[in-house]
Amino acid sequence: MAPDQLLSGWGRTAPTAACVARPGPGDPLGGLFTRSGVIPRGLGRSYGDAAQCSGGTVVDMTARDDVYAEDLETGHVTVAAGASLDALMRRYVPQGWFVPVTPGTRQVTVGGAIAADVHGKNHHVDGSLGLHLTSLTLTTPNGTIDCGPEGPERDLFWATVGGLGLTGIIERATLRLVPIATSSLAVDTERCRDIDELMATMSESDAHFRYSVAWIDCLATGASLGRSVLTRGNHASVDELGPSGSRARRDPLAFRPAVRIGVPAAVPTGLLNRLTVRAFNEAWYRKAPRTARRSLESITSFFHPLDGVRDWNRLYGRRGFLQYQLMVPFGAETDLRHLVESVAASGCASFLTVLKRFGPGNRAPLSFPAAGWTLALDLAVGNPGLGPLLDGLDQVVVSAGGRIYLAKDSRLQPELLAAMYPRLDEWRQVRDRVDPDHLMQSDLSRRLGL
Amino acid sequence: MNDALGHPQSLLVLGGGSDIALATVNALAAQRCRTAILAGRRPEVLDRAAADLRRSHPDTLTVETAPFDALERSGHDKVIQELFARPGGIDLVIVAFAILGDQQVDQEDPESAARVVEVNFTGAVTAMLAVVKQFRAQGRGTLVVLSSVAGVRVRKANFIYGSSKAGLDGFTQGLADSLIGTGIRVLLVRPGFVTTKMTAGMKKAPMSTTAEAVATTIVRGLESGASVVWVPSALRYVMGVMKLLPRAVFRRIPS
Ligand SMILES: Cc1cc2nc3c(=O)[nH]c(=O)nc-3n(C[C@H](O)[C@H](O)[C@H](O)COP(=O)(O)OP(=O)(O)OC[C@H]3O[C@@H](n4cnc5c(N)ncnc54)[C@H](O)[C@@H]3O)c2cc1C
Ligand SMILES: NC(=O)c1ccc[n+]([C@@H]2O[C@H](COP(=O)([O-])OP(=O)(O)OC[C@H]3O[C@@H](n4cnc5c(N)ncnc54)[C@H](OP(=O)(O)O)[C@@H]3O)[C@@H](O)[C@H]2O)c1
Repeated sequence: MAPDQLLSGWGRTAPTAACVARPGPGDPLGGLFTRSGVIPRGLGRSYGDAAQCSGGTVVDMTARDDVYAEDLETGHVTVAAGASLDALMRRYVPQGWFVPVTPGTRQVTVGGAIAADVHGKNHHVDGSLGLHLTSLTLTTPNGTIDCGPEGPERDLFWATVGGLGLTGIIERATLRLVPIATSSLAVDTERCRDIDELMATMSESDAHFRYSVAWIDCLATGASLGRSVLTRGNHASVDELGPSGSRARRDPLAFRPAVRIGVPAAVPTGLLNRLTVRAFNEAWYRKAPRTARRSLESITSFFHPLDGVRDWNRLYGRRGFLQYQLMVPFGAETDLRHLVESVAASGCASFLTVLKRFGPGNRAPLSFPAAGWTLALDLAVGNPGLGPLLDGLDQVVVSAGGRIYLAKDSRLQPELLAAMYPRLDEWRQVRDRVDPDHLMQSDLSRRLGL
Repeated sequence: MNDALGHPQSLLVLGGGSDIALATVNALAAQRCRTAILAGRRPEVLDRAAADLRRSHPDTLTVETAPFDALERSGHDKVIQELFARPGGIDLVIVAFAILGDQQVDQEDPESAARVVEVNFTGAVTAMLAVVKQFRAQGRGTLVVLSSVAGVRVRKANFIYGSSKAGLDGFTQGLADSLIGTGIRVLLVRPGFVTTKMTAGMKKAPMSTTAEAVATTIVRGLESGASVVWVPSALRYVMGVMKLLPRAVFRRIPS
């Protein structure tokens, strides 16, 4: 079969063609492994080329979304890897359970989330998704294997967490949900004058909040460098919803995400430029209160504000955009300031710039998060200064002992991979055991020589 | 792989001794390119070019050479197929071969005029179709084609070369349109007068440029997602006007 379906990541930057297989529930996967390469795909929310396999086979897992088992006493659910976090929330939030980790969009699959070992605003408290799994069923070129965080196949389990689909196709997973009393969050919002104030505030008091993240005005320079809006919150208790008998308390676990509006198919290139970003940033910063103010927010507005706009990635126009997400360990605050400075001084405007504090990492050799700071930038592609800017940031990140997030990467220098992921060889050994002929391949794995 | 900025990791030059192509390889090797294959008809020229490239990028660039003659059309499919048979395939192909011919001589010698057309147009057609076949199988690829302003509006002073480039330019545009949605990208490059081997000893035309400038523009074009670039870029407007001139006026413009 000729590769006939064009696929790209969420950033829409490097589309390539592949044969797409879309197995239904119960269809065997063993026959899909061929020499021209195979990679599973979820909802395509990784920004770069992690779920593409040009000239090979892409296995679209989204038709497999069953729930196999659930125990609502303990919160353990076993679901097919193609199930979306959106579907899990619609099913379990009204029953008083929440997913242990959610990225900035609900439109990701369980398989994709595990393969990226996603982190959420609660990383400093709860760690990344891998810590909340009790088992996986994985189909590798060498057969189907059950594995868990402990036990004989633990190496395979941890190589699969954050393994970007390269150790095999996750078929199902058991995860532990977390109990919630309401579907609301009690959120404190405050402005920080500059990056130092921001980092100090987060370091001092993030521990009081399960969820914490800061939005940074990436165009502010000089004394306002890193001026930002910090939002931190906890799941609200029923009492926090309002006085007893009030309307808000009648249906405390309601989960009704708003209808999604769309973006027109043809958006002029350059809509998100330095001027529009500057205007937006100014308004956003001014809107936030000077000192912390508490408000109640829904799961959607707090965790997934962008999900309200369908296909918002089209706003960046034909050439697409990329997300650059880095982490540097605690102690590298000067490097972090330098990184923010370089971005602010460059001609490249990041529409969304987000800073968060990570807690400790986990045992997965390719997992991205580790104790320190993480900064994410959304950047339109096409500006000639972008390549040199990011290559420069890479150097700072590496010398600070940090790394960039592969699930979002689309342009890293392959030579830096091993320095960023020092346990790469350990991961490769496990991968080579289950896939000695390297049939599992993605455009990303080929590009970076994984 | 081509990355998000359009930078390739491996490339093939057809017409591997071309000054413009070599400047482009240099520029791409400064980005992500780690493998370059120079294909052409004169091994000694290719070896020298390969040695230069290795010297400029000692630790990062692997350079190979391979035989390729634009005039041996019937072999193109096979030669190209063999060049693509490597792990990872080839991300980007530069179609750089061409001969300028000698208008005065060629006008008097139809066979020699036909050779200009055969190299610049017919040979490019077979080579490009063979490349596209490989690109389709690998689900991706970027084709960079060196056209010329000489083909945008053909002048009496070099209408044999000019019409061969006009044919190439038209073929490339149609091919590019037919490839939308396949993962294959085409960048059509229209330089004016470039000081290279090809133009050595000729009187410099106005707005003349260098191989390095063409290379920089090609890299920018890959980054910005352009389908056509002109070098220098102002030629887009100059040629826009030229195309509108009535023939009677256009033919009086001194060359
Ligand atoms: C708006 C937005 C916000 C985001 N916010 C965050 C965030 O806060 N934190 C964070 O960590 N990430 C975040 N992400 C990134 C996103 O969570 C990850 O890229 C995630 O992997 C996407 O899941 P997906 O189902 O779309 O997978 P895809 O993008 O389709 O695939 C991603 C990877 O998972 C692999 N994969 C998919 N399914 C399987 C399977 N069944 N078995 C094995 N491997 C599989 C693929 O091969 C690929 O390597 C965000 C993305 C967007 C668009
Ligand atoms: N220079 C300019 O002013 C200018 C302007 C506009 C467009 N261009 C175009 O840009 C491209 C590159 O030109 P350049 O300036 O870099 O000139 P160049 O250095 O002369 O390169 C042309 C190359 O084509 C090769 N070639 C000729 N006939 C061939 C054949 N039958 N088979 C294989 N290879 C063959 C030549 O190799 P040999 O060593 O074997 O001859 C030479 O390496 C050409 O398409 C040219 O038309 C040039």
